[in-house]
Amino acid sequence: MKMEKAILAAITTQSEKVTGSTAVFHCDTKEEMEAVAANLEAILDGIAHALSDRLYIIVKH
Amino acid sequence: MNEYTYPIIAGITVGTALRVFMLRTDYRQYPTYLHGKIIHLSLGFIAASLGTIAIPSIMEKEFTAVTFLTLAASQFREVRNMERNTLTEMDSFELVPRGNTYIEGIAVAFESRNYLVIFTSFVVTLCYLAINGWAAVGAALVCFIISSLLMSGSKLSDIVTVELSELSFEGAGLYVDNIYIMNIGLPERQDEILKYGMGFILTPKSFSVRSTIANLGQRQAILHDVSVTLGVFRDSGTPALVPLIKRDLNDGRIGVFILPQEKDPVRAKEIISSVPVLENAIQMPSRKRNREG
Repeated sequence: MKMEKAILAAITTQSEKVTGSTAVFHCDTKEEMEAVAANLEAILDGIAHALSDRLYIIVKH
Repeated sequence: MNEYTYPIIAGITVGTALRVFMLRTDYRQYPTYLHGKIIHLSLGFIAASLGTIAIPSIMEKEFTAVTFLTLAASQFREVRNMERNTLTEMDSFELVPRGNTYIEGIAVAFESRNYLVIFTSFVVTLCYLAINGWAAVGAALVCFIISSLLMSGSKLSDIVTVELSELSFEGAGLYVDNIYIMNIGLPERQDEILKYGMGFILTPKSFSVRSTIANLGQRQAILHDVSVTLGVFRDSGTPALVPLIKRDLNDGRIGVFILPQEKDPVRAKEIISSVPVLENAIQMPSRKRNREG
């Protein structure tokens, strides 16, 4: 089976919302979260999607 | 020198000239390279020769010689494969790929042009031998006109209306008019998109057209053509900056989101309007219904 999309990482200020095997980056502020997401987006070649104001995921398309 | 020399020269010359006439390097940037051109001119010459030789062979009652034409057919199918392979290989390195449907369309065009050359050479030589040189000139002209008609397919402006539309964000969702394009999380990406991006809405003029413009290959062709002509604001490590087309399921309109280097709405509209309608994407559901009714 070929995986077309995959969640590479989750970045959140709301730690209790994310569990499981995905790499999770816990941040204290929204600014920190955006900075981490921007870095990860560039590093992982994925897109940072916002699921809510407090949760971003990096998805490989 | 014999009675066939001049007719054969005429047939081959007209056929090859027709291939040159149809080999234009246009905004699609293909074939750009000298070697690509040489390949097609050589094949055009071979096609012209085959078409020409058929007539004297028949006149000399050498009917088996006509079977050479079947050889030609398989030869030119190879041309299609060659084009397909080359373009597919190159496509993976494009910032905005052509897509397989577009590539198939181009490959088919290259094959069919060779058949047009065979047909033209055949007719010109026939006219030269059966009537005279002037008739051959007339036949050549007619063939050029027919070829240019056959080679110009319809454009997108024939089937849709193109309108410029505002880009907007609702939360993280990017919209062109009311068509959802994608989720962009980072505020700085959103700013870039609003700064450099442009949106267009393509409204189908009839019901049949809906499925044609919904075709993923046709959509990719639009994106590719716009990106080739206006440049594209993206790089290999920025997957968020990707031109996209999404469809409004309710009425079949499509929302085009592009990121040109040169933000010129008038030109972009012209380019979208002149994107070829890919023959592989054309579907006619209404024709089926008419037949049933």
